[in-house]
Amino acid sequence: MALRIVPLVFRRGGQSTVTISCLPCRSFVASTRVSSETLHVHRDTAGNNPSIPFKFNEQSLKLIDEILKRYPPQYKKAAVMPLLDLGQRQHGFTSISVMNEVAKILEMPPMRVYEVATFYTMYNRSPIGKFHLQVCTTSHAIRAIGLTEPQTPCQLCGSDGIMKAIETHLGIHPGETTPDKLFTFSEVECLGACVNGPMIQINDDYYEDLTPESTISLLDALSASSKQTALDHKGGSDAGKTTGGNAEEVKVPSPGPLSGRKSCENSKGLTNLTSKMWGPEVTRSDL
Amino acid sequence: MLTRHGPSSQSLSHLSGRVLPSSVATARLSTSTCTTSSSSRTIHQQNRGLATVQDAPPPKRTHYGGLKDQDRIFQNLYGHHGADLKSAMKYGDWHKTKEIILKGHDWARQFVLQQIISEIKASGLRGRGGAGFPSGLKWVRYVSNLASLQSAHGVDLKLTNVVQSFMNPKGWDLEKKPRYLIVNADEGEPGTCKDREIMRKDPHKLVEGCLVAGRSMNATAAYIYIRGEFYYEATVLQRAIQEAYQAGFIGKNACGSGYNFDVFIHRGMGAYVCGEETSLIESLEGKQGKPRLKPPFPAAVGLFGCPSTVANVETVAVAPTICRRGASWFAQFGRERNSGTKLFCISGHVNNPCTVEEEMSISLRELIDRHCGGVRGGWDNLKAIIPGGSSTPILPKHVCDDQMMDFDALKDSQSGLGTAAVIVMDKSTDVVRAISRLSTFYRHESCGQCTPCREGSKWTEQIMKRFEKGQAREREIDMLQELTKQVEGHSICALGEAFAWPLQGLIRHFRPELEARIKGFAEKSGGIALAGGWEHDASKKGKLIAPGQ
Repeated sequence: MALRIVPLVFRRGGQSTVTISCLPCRSFVASTRVSSETLHVHRDTAGNNPSIPFKFNEQSLKLIDEILKRYPPQYKKAAVMPLLDLGQRQHGFTSISVMNEVAKILEMPPMRVYEVATFYTMYNRSPIGKFHLQVCTTSHAIRAIGLTEPQTPCQLCGSDGIMKAIETHLGIHPGETTPDKLFTFSEVECLGACVNGPMIQINDDYYEDLTPESTISLLDALSASSKQTALDHKGGSDAGKTTGGNAEEVKVPSPGPLSGRKSCENSKGLTNLTSKMWGPEVTRSDL
Repeated sequence: MLTRHGPSSQSLSHLSGRVLPSSVATARLSTSTCTTSSSSRTIHQQNRGLATVQDAPPPKRTHYGGLKDQDRIFQNLYGHHGADLKSAMKYGDWHKTKEIILKGHDWARQFVLQQIISEIKASGLRGRGGAGFPSGLKWVRYVSNLASLQSAHGVDLKLTNVVQSFMNPKGWDLEKKPRYLIVNADEGEPGTCKDREIMRKDPHKLVEGCLVAGRSMNATAAYIYIRGEFYYEATVLQRAIQEAYQAGFIGKNACGSGYNFDVFIHRGMGAYVCGEETSLIESLEGKQGKPRLKPPFPAAVGLFGCPSTVANVETVAVAPTICRRGASWFAQFGRERNSGTKLFCISGHVNNPCTVEEEMSISLRELIDRHCGGVRGGWDNLKAIIPGGSSTPILPKHVCDDQMMDFDALKDSQSGLGTAAVIVMDKSTDVVRAISRLSTFYRHESCGQCTPCREGSKWTEQIMKRFEKGQAREREIDMLQELTKQVEGHSICALGEAFAWPLQGLIRHFRPELEARIKGFAEKSGGIALAGGWEHDASKKGKLIAPGQ
């Protein structure tokens, strides 16, 4: 309610800060909380309102039965997180109808579902593009801490480079989606692949050891593969897989390090685990 | 509260140099309501932790490191073979698991719990890191909980007894409630990527570990809480669990031992704070991941109101191998009280970043030179190292020169082993910017439940943003220090400490850099900025600023 009263100028602030300085009084600063997520408030829109019906499909219902078996029967609501995830995968994003449907299935008050859906960052409460580019800026910061001094000769290319590459290549900033609804770009915190940084998560897949060049070629491959799929046929919307279907025509790199490294080993050759491996024979004799 | 931090800025920074993060935490645990005066604290807290109260006799070994391949537990760290059951069995997993289980909880306890828990406990308060929270604290919290449990039962408080009644206090078998083992695979600490490698390459070690550790605490089921971003890892792990079910290793009559045990996966959805044990439990119950107040501790009232234990992936995954090869085998590595092997993740400004399993107590320099091809531009180009994930205080080069990587040694250097995620920064690094970035991380990840953390993380972020430019006054460095001290120990979970410690480390070791930056800004803008980041001539411009400036 209060929001209605507050003049529009404050709310328009968005990510920036609205400063009104009236001399000689202390300047007044009103800023919205800057976070990687969108607003923690639901506002009905044409594409996301409770009157849009949502039902889980056959396949999801089977999975829901599976999931519910994992938790004690009197604690059905423990399944709210996996169910919301399922709904997001089916619907494309976690709309208010998805939340309501989950609440109905789990027999819990819808508010409890809204609480969960707004707390966790991986529930997208607004539509996202086909490829969700999640750039890990924490690991990049670690990897690229030297970047503030450009005169340093041996600087690694880190997050700033990757971010800039994506921004210039796609023309979007964090939190935005390309007009063709193909890419959504967001900045996320540590993704837990720090040895392989800089890295980016595209939908469910990790692409590691990136350079600006390899990032751009990866984006190109993804958009080409998407066009190819659209040409082939309209179906096949497997939200989870980015590399599927038409690997022959367009070569989308497989997830993992793009530098030729296999995983987390020393890129100049193994420093350990090179000799013969042990097996059951080392077991103690008194067992 | 104010009297505690009342002394002048100089004595305050002096104090900060002495106070050890983990000992502060201990003090917090034992005397959570008691407001000890700062003077009595300094008396107790020398540069020496609880584990090194006595001067030990000179150690037999002085050089550590160079672990041999046949002593590495995670043989598949670099994907030498598949993650399937067949190849896992070829390399020793699931071998004689039945015999281990049949030894009952006494034996398993002796070798699993005693070995690992008492090691973690004795070896320093920060354990084999969870999702970046000082997980050693968790163990200690258990212990203090057990202490209350035991005194209720009239049992004396010996360490072994504490371990015994960890999950099995007297009369536990009369309880009809289920009991849960929860594996914390919500790895989100910046710099840490060891659990991911275990889950995607050695999932069977984790599944078997769940069974062995679960048996030792008489659990009925294990929930593995894996962070949502690890989709591929969750898939691999799920496949491993299915294989184990099909082979009869878990489920009804696990391994033919007559013991029923289930393993489930629960995927998180992106919240760093869920690495804290109680918020992880909340999240598993289908709520927001906001930590609970303790007590009651999870060992008494945990998941679904039943006794539960939260343990890290690495801790659980090494358990079967220790049982199979013997505790003495595991104990031979590393210094006394810091024994074992450990996965180290070295990232940042090294030539070849990698994850590697090494002996505890290996020297930091040897670790980097042997496995990562050295620091970029040579060892002399080193500026600082964060030794255990982002929440441990930073160490400057002169400390790193002869630093051992174990619990006690790092605690003595006023840092911690944390998750053993080594972040290396060379001379080109802007340390202030790096720590400022971490402040941003903690501001983003604070769950907002309790005030010191929610507000403190935001304030420190704003202050650090100004420090990056030098837009501050020197006395604000002390104010920042005081602010972190006010947060530390006053938040529900350890996230308060997690963002306070790196800042304290920065002030402790890089204060001259901060001061130089402030001077530099003053020269550029024609005068030292006023406190709060105002321009030096703000009042001339007609802006109303705080009085006294």
